[in-house]
Amino acid sequence: MSDRSSPLHQLHVDAGASFTDFAGWQMPVRYSSDLAEHHAVRTAAGIFDISHMAEILVSGPDAPAFLDYALAGKLSAIGLGQAKYSLLLAESGGIIDDLVVYRRADDAFLVVANAGNRFPVVAALTERAGDFDVTIEDQSDDISLIAVQGPLSRGILEATAGIAQLATPLDELKYYWSTDAKFGDLPLIIGRTGYTGEDGYELYVQADAAASLWEALISAGAPFGLVPAGLASRDTLRLEAGMPLYGHELNLDTFPVQAGLGRVVALTKEGDFVGRAAIEAGPPADARVLVGLVGEGKRAGRADYLVFDGDDEVGNITSGALSPTLGYPIAMAYVDVASSAAGTTLEIDVRGSRVAASVVPLPFYKKEENHG
Amino acid sequence: MADPKTLQYTAEHEWVLVDGAVATVGITAYAAEKLGDIVFVDLPKAGSSVAEGKVVGEIESTKSVGELFAPVNGTVVEANDAVVASPELVNSDPFGEGWLIKVEYAELPALLSFDEYSKLTGE
Repeated sequence: MSDRSSPLHQLHVDAGASFTDFAGWQMPVRYSSDLAEHHAVRTAAGIFDISHMAEILVSGPDAPAFLDYALAGKLSAIGLGQAKYSLLLAESGGIIDDLVVYRRADDAFLVVANAGNRFPVVAALTERAGDFDVTIEDQSDDISLIAVQGPLSRGILEATAGIAQLATPLDELKYYWSTDAKFGDLPLIIGRTGYTGEDGYELYVQADAAASLWEALISAGAPFGLVPAGLASRDTLRLEAGMPLYGHELNLDTFPVQAGLGRVVALTKEGDFVGRAAIEAGPPADARVLVGLVGEGKRAGRADYLVFDGDDEVGNITSGALSPTLGYPIAMAYVDVASSAAGTTLEIDVRGSRVAASVVPLPFYKKEENHG
Repeated sequence: MADPKTLQYTAEHEWVLVDGAVATVGITAYAAEKLGDIVFVDLPKAGSSVAEGKVVGEIESTKSVGELFAPVNGTVVEANDAVVASPELVNSDPFGEGWLIKVEYAELPALLSFDEYSKLTGE
């Protein structure tokens, strides 16, 4: 496995970060306290280095039609600057990756993939390009991604020196839209997107300018309570928000509908798309479905722990933690349909002892609605 | 807080403070740092027998679960209720208020010195 590090690595070292291996990258897992970082994002703001994410530019006259064929969603329908959560399906109906796609021009889209799936995604898109008049360009090594997440994010970006010339001002930028801007003289893309369940932004900048952008954001954000936040808090934040993580809730053997992502697959769009036949046939009758589980006490079920309904093993946990915001254990699990109704009481085998847990609708945590 | 240099250690990243026939046991700052923020501690009750090398408790962080091993054969004379109520004490003061259990023992096994343990962690 390669051992890559972000262009921001030295800044993280200087800030006292602990590191973890994530998809072959050495990334900050926490700076001091993952709980404090989590709470900062819920109440003020946190800044995340997610430069390990992959950015792939799909451009050319056929780009809209190509993405409608290659991905599960109808990307041709999104507006200039709009972002859309989508899936790259296998012919089998399983999930190769989950993605965010930004429309950059009538004939250009930026596809953002998980770090661990960079090469499978590039390979699948390239293979699917076939007779389409498109160019697929892996720009991951040239682009860094910094996320500023939390209720005070907008004020921080507005106060950051060097961020200017926004095509759409932040107070007009809607959730899941993006705008072109400048950082100094350099191109900057600001998306009102994220993976924490809070309002926030993701900033795409060329890799050699990432350190100065990070420092400018930290400097402007300090009075707002902005703190650098690592992957440990990113994971508990996205879990509370009920957002899937590839390799945990999503994989090649899981159909979107099992993960509650049926709406992401645009079965009504015209023409074929990769995976359509399998999706229309549906998953096997005994396929398990993703549910939320909440427990009592403090002992959390964790990935791979088994779930029981009475004496019957009915599922397994894919992600779980003691929720920092809610104070009780939460988990996402795949369970048999018969045990999946909200309100059902199940049991988790927590290292040899059974802990009661109730099925609840996702997400566990929802911020106050104020999408401007 | 005990001076880490005067304590003895196990390869399981626990420290042992010997006072007469009672050993006070905790996890090291290194172990607490590796676990991250500790959110739940499960300890054996006073009066329970423990056997050297056996799991007697759990220390959970948001990200992972650490096991507490008994470093000696003996009987638990006290568990630290303060860390059960406030698990963050293990992070804030691992060698002091974050102690976990006190065990009355008859014989002390071979433990690591501060220097030997430091070599183990490379710190």
